[in-house]
Amino acid sequence: MSYVFTVSPDFSPDYLAGWFVFNTWLQRVSGLRFHLELMDHFPALRQAIEADRIDLIYANPHDAATLVREKGFVALVKPGDGADEAVIAVSADSPFQRIEDLEPGSRIATTGDPDVHLVGMILLEPAGLNRENVTLHRCDSYVLVAKCLFRGESDAGIFLARAFDELSRPVQDRLRVLVRSDIQVIHHYLMAGPRLADWVADLRDALIAMGDDAKTAEILKGLGVSRWEAVDEEEVEFMIDLMDTLSYSPA
Amino acid sequence: MLSDMNPADVSGDYREYTLDLFGVGPRRVLVTDEEVPYPDGRLIVSRTDTEGIITHVNRSFVEMSGYTEDELIGAPHSILRHPDMPRAAFADLWRTVQAGEIWQGYVKNLRKDGAYYWVKATVIPNVRRGRIVGYTSVRRKPERRKVEECIALYARMVAEEGR
Ligand SMILES: Cc1cc2nc3c(=O)[nH]c(=O)nc-3n(C[C@H](O)[C@H](O)[C@H](O)COP(=O)(O)O)c2cc1C
Repeated sequence: MSYVFTVSPDFSPDYLAGWFVFNTWLQRVSGLRFHLELMDHFPALRQAIEADRIDLIYANPHDAATLVREKGFVALVKPGDGADEAVIAVSADSPFQRIEDLEPGSRIATTGDPDVHLVGMILLEPAGLNRENVTLHRCDSYVLVAKCLFRGESDAGIFLARAFDELSRPVQDRLRVLVRSDIQVIHHYLMAGPRLADWVADLRDALIAMGDDAKTAEILKGLGVSRWEAVDEEEVEFMIDLMDTLSYSPA
Repeated sequence: MLSDMNPADVSGDYREYTLDLFGVGPRRVLVTDEEVPYPDGRLIVSRTDTEGIITHVNRSFVEMSGYTEDELIGAPHSILRHPDMPRAAFADLWRTVQAGEIWQGYVKNLRKDGAYYWVKATVIPNVRRGRIVGYTSVRRKPERRKVEECIALYARMVAEEGR
């Protein structure tokens, strides 16, 4: 039997090779066969989830609700590198000094990362902005979001905070942060589906032990993860409830 | 249990009201005109059991309410009840979440020091294995224009409630 492993399409291309190395390690340590299948975009991923094709997934918080509540997935571990936070930034020479200076009709540069976009839109809300009254520019990467701002094509940009902090100095110097989220509970999780139910405990132990050994720690580095941390069921349920409150918009 | 507010905790001039709280009875609250701005980028989160007793608060909740975590856990959520809030708003909140639905609205909250802060709150039932085991409220920074609308609306509603 072979299982399908996938990584939420919002992973950074810098870590593409790293996920293949991780998959090789995972198969060796577990004795299970995983086929790493990467999807180009979220609609393809959602289709695969819907069709019950996925067994193991490094999941975006936005998909956690479906995975846990409809598809019977359990969280194995989360990355120990802090939560997913968002930053709203403008070009350094922008007239906008605070979120409330932005007005309906604003042009917002964003990415396809669903959790970052969601939090970003919440951060824009105090200015009266919502998906009905802004123009979104979907970019393929955070570097392109920054470029959109430099060129004056967008008024503000939504960044994953971690990605913003990894932008080069010269790029960061040409940007100005209006607000940074401090939510602390929104995480990606590595999750296992029902067909892996018998292996959950073993997989979790092996994953958590990765940080203790120099060789496996190196594999983690290739994913941009410092170590895997244990999670309990209620923590994930709590995050899902929180995401549901943020996604809620009355009809 | 919920004790009366203490003048020693309050800074500046205050007015005194007595609220009649569900499951608590009368509570004397002290109210000033000072508004504390919502902190940028934060979510203020709390959870209650099915009776509205606080079971969890995050750091932003503690900071904004002015109470310690120990004072909050185990207290009824009406510890933040401001007299300017209409009863009908909370009746609607409870009716909605007990029916298993999400409630969203603007709330003026009362701090331990008598000051207040406005939030946009979303309350969701925590459904575990098909049962509601509690509720979570997630607050975010409201749009000022919406707050102004609510100030006028809630004043009319409070007047209609004959208070
Ligand atoms: C999860 C949750 C969060 C709540 N948060 C608040 C709050 O922040 N402020 C508030 O005044 N009431 C809040 N309430 C409503 C209170 O339980 C209560 O109904 C309200 O303060 C009015 O008091 P009363 O019901 O005793 O009249 C919350 C209720 C729930 C279930």
